[in-house]
Amino acid sequence: MSEAAAPPKLRPRVASIGTRLALAVALILSGGGVVVTFAALAYGRDAAHEAFDRLLVGAANQIAGAIRIQGGEVIVDIPVSAFELMALAPEDRVAWRVVGPGGVTLTGYDEVGRPARATADTVFYNGEFRGERARYVSVRRRFAERAFSGTVDVIVGHTMRARDALAWDITSKALLVLGLAGVLMVGLAVFAIRSALAPLRRIEAALSWRDPHDLTPLEVDLPRETAIIVTAINRFMARLNDQMQGQRRLIADASHQLRTPVAALRAQAELAAEEEDPARLRAILARIRDRAVGLSRLTSQLLNHALIIHRAEAEPAGLIDLRTVAIRTAEESDHELFSSGADLALDVPEDPVWVRGDALSLTEACKNLVNNAFRHGSPPVVLRVAAAQGGRVRIGVRDRGAGPPEDHWRDAGARFSRTAGVTPDGAGLGLAIVHAVAKAHSGRLVFEAGARGGFEAGLDLPAAAGPAGEAEP
Amino acid sequence: MTRFAALLCLLALACAGAAARAQDHPPEPIGRRGPEPVAPEAVAQFGDLRDPIVMRGAVDIGAITPVLRAFLATRADLGIRYEQWGSNPLGTETRAGCAGRAPAADLVMSSAADQQVKLVNDGCARAHVSEATARLAPAENWRNELFGITREPAVIIYNRRLVRPEEAPRSRDDLLDLLRPDPTRFAGRVGTYDIEASGLGYLFAFADSQQATTFGSLLEAFGRTGAIATCCSSEITDAVISGRLLIGYNILGSYALARAATNPDLAVVAPQDYTLVLSRAAFIPRQARHPEGAAALLDFLLSDRGRAELTRARLIVRFGAPEEADLDMPDGASSILRLIPLSAALLAADDRQKKRLFTERWRDNLRTE
Repeated sequence: MSEAAAPPKLRPRVASIGTRLALAVALILSGGGVVVTFAALAYGRDAAHEAFDRLLVGAANQIAGAIRIQGGEVIVDIPVSAFELMALAPEDRVAWRVVGPGGVTLTGYDEVGRPARATADTVFYNGEFRGERARYVSVRRRFAERAFSGTVDVIVGHTMRARDALAWDITSKALLVLGLAGVLMVGLAVFAIRSALAPLRRIEAALSWRDPHDLTPLEVDLPRETAIIVTAINRFMARLNDQMQGQRRLIADASHQLRTPVAALRAQAELAAEEEDPARLRAILARIRDRAVGLSRLTSQLLNHALIIHRAEAEPAGLIDLRTVAIRTAEESDHELFSSGADLALDVPEDPVWVRGDALSLTEACKNLVNNAFRHGSPPVVLRVAAAQGGRVRIGVRDRGAGPPEDHWRDAGARFSRTAGVTPDGAGLGLAIVHAVAKAHSGRLVFEAGARGGFEAGLDLPAAAGPAGEAEP
Repeated sequence: MTRFAALLCLLALACAGAAARAQDHPPEPIGRRGPEPVAPEAVAQFGDLRDPIVMRGAVDIGAITPVLRAFLATRADLGIRYEQWGSNPLGTETRAGCAGRAPAADLVMSSAADQQVKLVNDGCARAHVSEATARLAPAENWRNELFGITREPAVIIYNRRLVRPEEAPRSRDDLLDLLRPDPTRFAGRVGTYDIEASGLGYLFAFADSQQATTFGSLLEAFGRTGAIATCCSSEITDAVISGRLLIGYNILGSYALARAATNPDLAVVAPQDYTLVLSRAAFIPRQARHPEGAAALLDFLLSDRGRAELTRARLIVRFGAPEEADLDMPDGASSILRLIPLSAALLAADDRQKKRLFTERWRDNLRTE
């Protein structure tokens, strides 16, 4: 474990979260700003038009209201108030024209145009007045009197300075408010981004201040969104801790378990060296051989155990058929042990029984169960695979023996649980391996005493959906 | 100032001729003369005359001369040709200039503010923005094209010798009271503008009609007592001084005050109900050949120095306490002064039907001789 590990280089093409958020916020704000600016322009223009159109129509109505018929003649006594109304747009020139029947201009500017289409009695339209843009309204008044019958159109218009000024005033004020809101939003966004990223910095601080050997869970108060990181880190550290403890335990177990048989071997060998009697020497040699076989089995089991625990932790879980595991177990089982003639019977269903896991570990676990059955139980021994039931599957080994006493079941999975310690035949590691494999596959090691005698030890595993089209019922 | 060959040449033109005629025939009929010819009454030239600024106005040459000289003292490179016009012919001429039918002036200043507003509304003016124009109140600056230069009240004048102090009219109501008895010795001896002959007279009468209901009574009283309507301030003032008329109504205060300075018999009163104040309106025509020179002259007229000169010429009349004012106004000048604002509202006065109806109403009441 090198302490001077250089901090990993940040890959430049991955932009920081801050940059991404800033970009997103800038994009939203500028896009929204453009839209809102256009909206403000349109709104300002419409509001100014509306305000001044009312002024226009007010003036036109005043003039129209002042028209009277006198002796068959149309008299237009324009009220000064109409012009005072128009003068409310103080910088604008005023155009007016009163048109009598037959298009005769009664008063005002002859050049003022009439609306292209007179669809209603009050019509607004844009035009020109002596070289300036102008807005007009035409108001129609109908007369039906004995002396005069017909229509009189009053056209009033003015140039657009006040409208433009008001439109710009409204727009600029709206834009000012929007600008302030934008600045506020940027400020809030910066604050939000910072406070959102602050927990990450706290995690970083908590990790960097930590002792490298300390694998206890991190205790950092975090918002729910970032707490998952800490949960993940803690889970990872817990696994790391388990592995390290497993290794430590293995080393401790191995040194403890190997020391005794090696010392026994040495003692026997020393005995043998001093023994003169060939018959007794042969007996000692036979014991030495037995011890060596036991030692070799112990060593292989220890290594298997380590290997299997490692695989269970490290190998990616594949989809496997438990029947295959059963068959492979039967093929690879230690024939030395049951060369007595007793055979291993297989009891498997017709359909595949799918689980997720590591075939090698499972096979090794089953082999251990089979070996145990042959060694401690009474034949016939059946290796049984049970189809999925309630989401669980089972692979187990059944024999006719009584099995271990029930009070041993609880700690059967613990390493070297058998008080007898190391026997020439086994080191008691078998069930420990099975237990570890079960745990690694999210399963359980189960013991069952049959109702009509007999005993079964097996692995209870979660069922998996088969490959596409073969989903379990 | 001596560097400039300032020459003042009064051209013997129509109005000057009329003035001469007035002196030749003492019992002259006071009243409307024939249609005024479209030509200046008099012309004066100042300063460098190679390519002068042409200014047209209704102010008498004598009154404006010191002001123009003061301007030329600041601008040695310029010259001014000042043409004195009657307000109506000036309007006609300026309209023709705007339409391109006559040579345009560089600066036009007229007392007929309504006509000036109409000309600006017609698009005859060009805009001018400067520090001086920015200082003007909104009522004295329309569109940065038309500017109020002077401040001249419409006053009542009377002859101190012939009108007893207790009779002296202080307001329009006083005037109505004098005209009410039948018979009254004021019958036929009150003079006012002929609104058809004088653009300023029309403007004053129109403003009166907008201000108060006294206008109707006044018109009726004038008609009943046979009041005299004539073209010019000068004619009425002369008649009041000579005693042929007792009272003059709506006389241009600047002119009356100037005359009163040399004629102690002439009393000038700012009506206490309200006093109309005229601001002569000036603009630079769009076709002006010397817009920069005209703008400089305009800025001078609006500057503190220009205003001081205009005040000295009584074209800006000071109101208030007697010691520093031209016109005695004891009861708070601000509340009774009615400045005729330069705005689009004045266009109503120039609407052709409105003008015709108003003039008809006037004519129905007041018979001009």
